[in-house]
Amino acid sequence: MNLNLHLKVWRQASPNAKGSFQDIEARDIPDHASFLEMMDIVNERLIADGKEPVAFDHDCREGICGMCSMVINGRPHGPERATTTCQLHMRKFRNGDTIWIEPFRARAFPVMKDLMVDRSAFDRIMAAGGFVSVRTGAPQDANALPIGKEVADAAMDAAACIGCGACVASCKNASAMLFVSAKIGQLNALPQGQPEKHRRTLGMVRQMDKEGFGNCTNQYECEAACPKDVSRTWIASMNKDFAVASGREALLASARERSEGD
Amino acid sequence: MRFLSSSIGKKIVVALTGLVLVGFVFGHMIGHLLMFAGPAAYNEYAHFLHTVGHGMGIWVARSVVFGSIIVHVLFTIQLTKQNRAARAEPYGYQHTQVASKSSRVMIISGLTLLSFFIYHILHFTVRVWHGFNQLPLFDLAGEKVFDAYQMMIKGFSFPLVTGFYILSMVFLCSHLSHGVASIPQTLGLNTEASGKLFKKLGLAFAFLILAGFSVVPLAINMGLVK
Amino acid sequence: MLDSKIPSGPLSEKWSKHKRDSKLINPKNKRKYTVIVVGSGLAGASAAASLSELGYKVKCFCFQDSPRRAHSIAAQGGINAAKNYQNDGDSIYRLFYDTIKGGDFRAREGNVYRLAEVSANIIDQCVAQGVPFAREYGGLLANRSFGGAQVSRTFYARGQTGQQLLLGAYSALSKEIASGNVQMYSRSEMLELVTVDGHAKGIITRNLTTGKVEAHAADCVLLCTGGYGNVFYLSTNAMGCNVTATWRAHKKGAFFANPCYTQIHPTCIPVSGDYQSKLTLMSESLRNDGRVWAPKKKGDNRHPSQIPEDERDYYLERKYPSFGNLAPRDISSRAAKEACDDGRGVGPGGRGVYLDFSEAIEKFGEQTIRERYGNLFDMYERITGENAYKQPMRIYPAVHYTMGGLWVDYNLMSNLPGLHVLGEANFSDHGANRLGASALMQGLADGYFVIPTTIANYLVTQKPGAITTDNAEFKRALEDVNARTHRLLNIKGKRSVDSFHRELGLLVWEKCGMARDFDGLTSALEKIPALRDEFWNNVNIPGSGEAVNQELEKAGRVADFLEFAELLCLDARHREESCGGHFRSEHQTEDGEAKRDDANFTYAAAWEHTGDFSKPSLHKEELQFEEVHLAVRSYK
Repeated sequence: MNLNLHLKVWRQASPNAKGSFQDIEARDIPDHASFLEMMDIVNERLIADGKEPVAFDHDCREGICGMCSMVINGRPHGPERATTTCQLHMRKFRNGDTIWIEPFRARAFPVMKDLMVDRSAFDRIMAAGGFVSVRTGAPQDANALPIGKEVADAAMDAAACIGCGACVASCKNASAMLFVSAKIGQLNALPQGQPEKHRRTLGMVRQMDKEGFGNCTNQYECEAACPKDVSRTWIASMNKDFAVASGREALLASARERSEGD
Repeated sequence: MRFLSSSIGKKIVVALTGLVLVGFVFGHMIGHLLMFAGPAAYNEYAHFLHTVGHGMGIWVARSVVFGSIIVHVLFTIQLTKQNRAARAEPYGYQHTQVASKSSRVMIISGLTLLSFFIYHILHFTVRVWHGFNQLPLFDLAGEKVFDAYQMMIKGFSFPLVTGFYILSMVFLCSHLSHGVASIPQTLGLNTEASGKLFKKLGLAFAFLILAGFSVVPLAINMGLVK
Repeated sequence: MLDSKIPSGPLSEKWSKHKRDSKLINPKNKRKYTVIVVGSGLAGASAAASLSELGYKVKCFCFQDSPRRAHSIAAQGGINAAKNYQNDGDSIYRLFYDTIKGGDFRAREGNVYRLAEVSANIIDQCVAQGVPFAREYGGLLANRSFGGAQVSRTFYARGQTGQQLLLGAYSALSKEIASGNVQMYSRSEMLELVTVDGHAKGIITRNLTTGKVEAHAADCVLLCTGGYGNVFYLSTNAMGCNVTATWRAHKKGAFFANPCYTQIHPTCIPVSGDYQSKLTLMSESLRNDGRVWAPKKKGDNRHPSQIPEDERDYYLERKYPSFGNLAPRDISSRAAKEACDDGRGVGPGGRGVYLDFSEAIEKFGEQTIRERYGNLFDMYERITGENAYKQPMRIYPAVHYTMGGLWVDYNLMSNLPGLHVLGEANFSDHGANRLGASALMQGLADGYFVIPTTIANYLVTQKPGAITTDNAEFKRALEDVNARTHRLLNIKGKRSVDSFHRELGLLVWEKCGMARDFDGLTSALEKIPALRDEFWNNVNIPGSGEAVNQELEKAGRVADFLEFAELLCLDARHREESCGGHFRSEHQTEDGEAKRDDANFTYAAAWEHTGDFSKPSLHKEELQFEEVHLAVRSYK
């Protein structure tokens, strides 16, 4: 079955240009097509009409690279639970539907063009501690460090995050707490991550603040929007880890001052 | 301090001061309910509050509560400003999936409660209206003490005052319904299971507070307590 | 004459010997060398991180918005390693042998043995980084079996092993970015290789955000840019995967080896319509519990549940009793094609066969199957709208991986001095067919363990920083790139870039896909230049080059595919044998199996660009088999 849809698409020529919604009629869209394939069809027609196609980020189109973004009818990645935009299929829409398509909106994710945003803030947060400092070639045998299945599974739950930024886009405050907590949580949960636990937590949270994301107000829109079902409990763990790390840092600093005073 | 300038640090302080205020609200409500035990019990309670620790106790309690309120309000205002700045441009199509209405109006309910709190202090603590300070003293087992019981009866005999009071309690209920459940999350105590439990407890607590605070003025207005 | 530089001596000691014999650069001098790494997938990210740890200055480039998004991320099933944690008789030799045999005896012994040797270190490395591999209750690592092997040596992280390994490599890269030793250029696409006196000394990139074309000089260049599967338009590759980096290098003199070795993955979701933009792979691990079948009767349109057991043909189990549903990818794919060519295909267009879990669900319960493959079943339902717990999945082969790539020697250096090629972009380790769970292994082996040792053999011969972007070659390359962009933007024709790509893909898929023959390839070779001509006269690219322009990005890639496709078909036509992923219909046994011609084709075909796409010149690297005996591959 084919669908006729009314699209309201955010068009913005460049980062500093003023954007606005453009009405586009998308006729005859096959319902087996994916949402991005619908966008492809629309773009082909725009090009044929001598107009600029809609710019949007996408790559793997199988729900894992985290490159596709867009907010569809107010929801990052659209209406389907635990599904990225690229895996959303048109059979979830009805003939005659109006669909609003907007970029992820956050001060920390500036719009580059149309639906494309700059998410490099996430890379900078990762560089502030999202790793285990292990040199290539140094490690022991992998099975020399047994890790309980529950711990490994929990770390995997956090590691499932694809870094798409839907948590930021959905949050009323454009907060990045779900992303950052998943990244911190994965490594802080594992024995390999223990030696740098405090440093990592402080570094990544401070970088997150610096990037201009908002604060968590415990509304959990992020969790509802997450295409990989990352849980809010990681945020709780991060809060605790941060409090402990901050306390430890303050104690160490005052101890240092005292010993320097001697 | 670096901790307080961070987003999570501020949130933790908001949660801790919130916890103090939750405790205060609960204790205050229990005190109110003593109205049903009669003038002697209520006035004894009021007198106790004013004399405990040679009269210092109440000032300690007041400082803690006032301090908590000030910090709670200042930090949430800061956080809210940051949050608004973080989403500079709003969505054309607004949609909310799971965030409760209460959670989205915390700043409004909170600021309303602040103004209520100021009014409430002027009303019953500073006693600027209705000549409460001229009330005849109450005989508490031979000791002449301030008649707080009569003050309550008089204070709530105006339907408009009662209405504003109960409306404020509705805001408090709304504020607590999100706030209480948020405390363990912000303090990092939540697991999957406890999160659900705290959500229910938070709601139950919020309604308990609403009921506890509303029942006294309503009873006074309906003439059940004289 | 191509010198593979395989060290002498017994197979099992070659790598140790080579490490011993390789040159060293002292730490103080390492800092003076700059290395360009193009691509940030498993090979690129691991190489960039490891080289930076050693002290080299690294500039790393990717076209995605973050290095974490490279297409290695999409690998689902797992990564092989000869750990023998299962005590099931695995060893380095067995992994080596399985890989050589799986590659249909068209890979280099020395490289493959090295790959098997370092496989165990990869797992150690990844675990140390915090990669959350699946574990048993005792806390030890879990393994699963995979196509083409009879031991359980595959390590996995749910259905997203690729993402977890890439995030591990990306975390190592992030650590080095933080240290300031790696400079990362995201949203930057390499458009030209710069050679100075025949040595690779830099690249020209386009900043995809600003459109700015920039020159970058270094002491050597590493291409880690993946495969060319998107020449078929529809493939399991990401939309951005392209041949541009390796093709540009080829046009600058690097030999392209064995392009005809393309892998078709047997378990993908069938095509549903002509709007389709990509094909989705369902992990091969599904074949551990799923049974593949097609109806025995032609044109059987009944619902699968209505087809009784004795009217189903479990053709893999029937033809290959000892490997059954776990037969290697090329064999499984062709068997599916045969069933469909025979008119027994299912689903729209009759291009599909069933992958049935009913028996496994009955045996282990739906819950167990859900735990093992839940995410895959969910994905299948999202895409097709069908519930695979209730009815069999429909699957069909799709282009997945390309074994061919730029020719490299044992040091992973191409014939162009200084140009190193890692991961899927090179040709060296998988022969004519890659076994499941071996791509991740190769990418990481190259990046973590091989290049950090071998790169010094080249660098030690070079004075660090001798070439800068002031060199005339950089100016010329910049002008070339700008002229090309200008030309593309000013064609202003009638057809979209995608329409050309789609047409090319369909043509290559039909004539050079799962089965090829001389006549078909010849007709493709006639059509490709014509299509290329039309592209350069009739493509329509809106917008300018001075800002984000996704059509321009695609156009550059498709233009290169249009040239590359010709080499692909030429190579396929020249190789008059069937081996691995290259199946020539003229060369098959009576029961339809691939028939190799070891007497005439035991070589890697490395093609040199001559300026005329139709007449590349062929260089042969004869494959020496000292350890294994060439045998007819049998999975029966």
